[in-house]
Amino acid sequence: MSEKLEERAPEENADHAGLSQKIAVRETTPSDVDPWAGDRVFELNNVSVSYGSSLAVNDVSMQIQKNEVTALIGPSGCGKSTLLRCLNRMNDLIPAARVNGEVLYHGQDLYGSKVDPVQVRKLIGMVFQKPNPFPKSIFDNVAFGPRILGLGNVEDRVEKALRGAALWDEVKDRLDDNAYGMSGGQQQRLCIARTMAVDPEVILMDEPCSALDPISTAKIEDLMNELKEQFSIVIVTHNMQQAARVSDKTAFLIVEMDAAEGNRWGQLVEYDETDRIFTNPQDGRTEDYVTGKVG
Amino acid sequence: MKPQTAGNQPAVPGSERTRLAASGARAVTLAQLSHQPRGDRLRGTIFMTLILFAVSLALIGLVAIIVQAAVKGAPAFSTDLITNGPSTINPEQSGFRPALLGTLYLIIGVIVLVVPLGISAAVYLEEYADGTRWWNRLIELNVQNLAGVPSIIYGILGLAFIVRGPLDLGFILAAGSMTLALLVLPTVILASREAIRAVPPSIREGSLALGATQWQTIRRQVLPAAIPGVVTGVILAISRAIGETAPLLLVGAATFVTFSPTFFGDNGYTALPVLIFNYAARPQDEFRVLAAAGVILMLIVLLAMNSFAIWLRNRYEQQW
Ligand SMILES: Nc1ncnc2c1ncn2[C@@H]1O[C@H](COP(=O)(O)OP(=O)(O)OP(=O)(O)O)[C@@H](O)[C@H]1O
Ligand SMILES: [Mg+2]
Repeated sequence: MSEKLEERAPEENADHAGLSQKIAVRETTPSDVDPWAGDRVFELNNVSVSYGSSLAVNDVSMQIQKNEVTALIGPSGCGKSTLLRCLNRMNDLIPAARVNGEVLYHGQDLYGSKVDPVQVRKLIGMVFQKPNPFPKSIFDNVAFGPRILGLGNVEDRVEKALRGAALWDEVKDRLDDNAYGMSGGQQQRLCIARTMAVDPEVILMDEPCSALDPISTAKIEDLMNELKEQFSIVIVTHNMQQAARVSDKTAFLIVEMDAAEGNRWGQLVEYDETDRIFTNPQDGRTEDYVTGKVG
Repeated sequence: MKPQTAGNQPAVPGSERTRLAASGARAVTLAQLSHQPRGDRLRGTIFMTLILFAVSLALIGLVAIIVQAAVKGAPAFSTDLITNGPSTINPEQSGFRPALLGTLYLIIGVIVLVVPLGISAAVYLEEYADGTRWWNRLIELNVQNLAGVPSIIYGILGLAFIVRGPLDLGFILAAGSMTLALLVLPTVILASREAIRAVPPSIREGSLALGATQWQTIRRQVLPAAIPGVVTGVILAISRAIGETAPLLLVGAATFVTFSPTFFGDNGYTALPVLIFNYAARPQDEFRVLAAAGVILMLIVLLAMNSFAIWLRNRYEQQW
């Protein structure tokens, strides 16, 4: 721990201007001193995922900190979505998917025999790449979760969630309209609100902005900065700037290839603070990727 | 051209050459866009003619039947047609009342039986069944093939297993309902599966990701979204059941019934197509006229139901 501290100190001084924004955010969190000191939400130990006989992600070990935004970046097909879906057992829905290794959630094995995937998903929500509102009214979209989970005060929850997703002012007069009448960006924020309405601890986001215009994207990025005070967020993104802007930690995955066998699988190359991944990566492949030389 | 925009263009010397090149390129594009080999056009025309011929043949046949029935049945169009029962003593005032009621009751029975069964089977096959297991494939194959089995086979089945055999219900209207339900069940299952499959997986994922159970997801998201498709399928299946005569003849609807039917009474029942068949086979001209009027009556019922199905489908068309 002290080692890391010493390591960090000179760097922050050296590159103070570039990091000032990051530091400003971090000053409010307890992990200011040691970025790895805070509570851990997830701990992945040697996690491998395969679809049938083909390996998709190989041997990933990493920790995900509470109340932070953790980004997964890497080229297409490196298994970012696959890894993300391990964290709330969405992979269970794909019959061929197999998860090996350990996914600990507050020290509990998520894949333990006593664990009910339905309960897991109550605590660990997910926002998908393509906005997927239910074919119902705006209100019913957000109210669906609280209703099925039997949470009280549905109307208050809906309002709180919509405010939290910075959507309330835009929709408060048309809560009974069908959600399909909203713009793509609004739909995605509705999906975020829907997830927030059931009070999860973690929100997983799989390329939440890839179908959106820059303004909607900026709104959702702003939102993430606020949301992390309440939730822990893991986000998959193809957009390097986005990862740099919103995340505290970044994991970089790569597609590894076995030319002889013709197999491809994802491999974790580097996982560190976002600043370090983007300014001082330890691995040459990370540097090539974040500077746009490959990928 | 406005002088401002022209001012923005750099005045390139020798621009005459680029202008020529540009117009040449435009000509090439035009040629590419307008070119269509004559053979293609001819084949297109022939094909179109064949299609129109086939369509009009079908239409002419249909219109001819309807017109013929309408003209022949015209004298019998009166409220007697639906309020009176058949009578050999005074055929002029005979009507279809018991048959209309019989058909109505039969259909109510079919709906009661076929909707829960069909939807459950479709939900099982679409949402729960592991398609790689042989028994699920067997069920699927069976459902598909059963939809094509001739209706008389169902009549024999109904006679052997429902009227007699294990259930031994006798020649009652409920037995007719059950037989017709078996007949249309595969159609309802197929239509419901189609409707359930049309609900995009992203809706299911969104629901499951909120911590909903699979059953909650099916019950609260998938089925409501699939209902319009399911109902359309049910209505179309029912219109088929309304027109069926052969299986009903086997399970007891052949009688010349003069009173209103009940579900479980064993003094006989009849249905629209059966009574039309009965009337048409009688020597008196009055009954032949009645049969033609009955055909029109049945057509009206069927058209009404099909229009409702179409309206429903358009009304609840999903946006995804
Ligand atoms: N349902 C599935 N069945 C079989 N193989 C799959 C399935 N989903 C993903 N894969 C495979 O797993 C590997 C990783 O896919 P994944 O979707 O996790 O990549 P990704 O990093 O999210 O890519 P992208 O950036 O394009 O979304 C790919 O080789 C893909 O073909
Ligand atoms: Mg992906």
